[in-house]
Amino acid sequence: MIRFENVHKSFEGVKVLDGVTFEIAHGEILAIVGPSGTGKSVTLKHIVGLLTPDEGTVSVKEGARIGYLFQGGALLAWLTVRENVALPLKETTRLSGTEIDAFVDEALKAVGLEESADKYPAEISGGMVKRAGLARAIVRKADAVLYDEPTSGLDPVTARNIHRLIRAVNDERGLTSVVVTHDLSGACSFADRIMMLKDGRVVLIAKPSEFMKSELPEVRDLVSASKGEI
Amino acid sequence: MKIVREDGDGNVLSGIGRAGRLMAEAFAYMPHVLVNGDARRSMFSQLYSTGIRTLPVITVVGLFTGMILGLQVGLALRKFNQEIFLGATVMISLLREMGPFVTGICLSACVGSAMAAELGTMKVNDEIAALEIMSIPPVRYLVAPRMFALLVMSPLLAFYACVLGVMGGGLVGYTQLNVPFAQYMSSAMSIAELKDLFTGLLKATVFGVVICTVSCHQGFATRLGAVGVGKATQRSVIISFLLILMFGYMITRLFYFEF
Repeated sequence: MIRFENVHKSFEGVKVLDGVTFEIAHGEILAIVGPSGTGKSVTLKHIVGLLTPDEGTVSVKEGARIGYLFQGGALLAWLTVRENVALPLKETTRLSGTEIDAFVDEALKAVGLEESADKYPAEISGGMVKRAGLARAIVRKADAVLYDEPTSGLDPVTARNIHRLIRAVNDERGLTSVVVTHDLSGACSFADRIMMLKDGRVVLIAKPSEFMKSELPEVRDLVSASKGEI
Repeated sequence: MKIVREDGDGNVLSGIGRAGRLMAEAFAYMPHVLVNGDARRSMFSQLYSTGIRTLPVITVVGLFTGMILGLQVGLALRKFNQEIFLGATVMISLLREMGPFVTGICLSACVGSAMAAELGTMKVNDEIAALEIMSIPPVRYLVAPRMFALLVMSPLLAFYACVLGVMGGGLVGYTQLNVPFAQYMSSAMSIAELKDLFTGLLKATVFGVVICTVSCHQGFATRLGAVGVGKATQRSVIISFLLILMFGYMITRLFYFEF
């Protein structure tokens, strides 16, 4: 579904991705973890085409529709939740109002936001903003959804609910998901595989159980930090 | 999916190129603003914020510009006992130069700065990137309605500023310089030509396009959070001011200089 081959990217002389290679299969959830500033979000932006590699190739399945959930939700402040979710359909399709309403209702139901559909982004909580962003990402029948730190700034219970939602939406809709997160224990609960990036390089890609058992020093460091060990 | 947008370098020429492309795209999307229901609603909202909300500022600035012109010119004319030409002088100055100029300055300060700040905030909050990912051209969705609003409102507001300025000049003439209002208006109307009116309105239209292009371009080019938004807003006002002066001179030279 998504393939990176030897991707390099620099910004103003600073190397952010240094030969990144990996592949994501259809239906899979890949969590990308690692220290801040190590190229996780840059990887996502390459998948969706917001950035292009200096060297190497990024290929996405031909015709795939990709949804993107930004860290802050990126909802338009002057539109209600319903209008935000309907926006991509209104602006890029010729669907009738009734058809758009049906799609929007379905997406809002999938994320459990039917009750808050007529509220503005400023009137709902951070977790609800993320869910509204997810509804907008999937409303066009996306094939893949990219999540940029979907649980940052959320309390543990809301974060857990978002993790469950990512898994449920992925499975129910047959999506492929890539999730950038700092929450390693959370990633273990919903991801099929976990990839660690450090200094722009892939340190390890493995199933959660194998990842947690890895003896690589960078991985051990991350695992112990996620457990709160000093 | 065609989404390729990376921040370009800081080169002035490439910046001018990007701004020019943004303006051309905004004009190309103008028919969409008229036929699409949501875009039309957005356009009416922009017409309101551009036109109605700036009306109090334009009223005060237009009136006082005319009053200052009337007083300064009237005092000079009085030395030669030529106060009868007060209306003509104020009218010509306002129609050809001061009306469009003060309107452009007010719109740049009130509307252009708000546009740059709004789009800049959207940029740093990833809302512009979100539009691109949803295959919604940001220029079509955000710039075209604003361009349309400024194209319509800028000449209308300039005309309104001219009318108020002429009234202000007449008020000063009558109360401070003993020039009867009928004589003032007769002098004003005798000198004004349609060419003066149309040149002034053309200037105001060009200023509107300049303000929208510069402000939206600066908003889209915003980087580095709140500080970047502040800098983009500041740059949009400064560049708009400078371009208003330059284009004002060029249009005057084009229409009034005998080659």
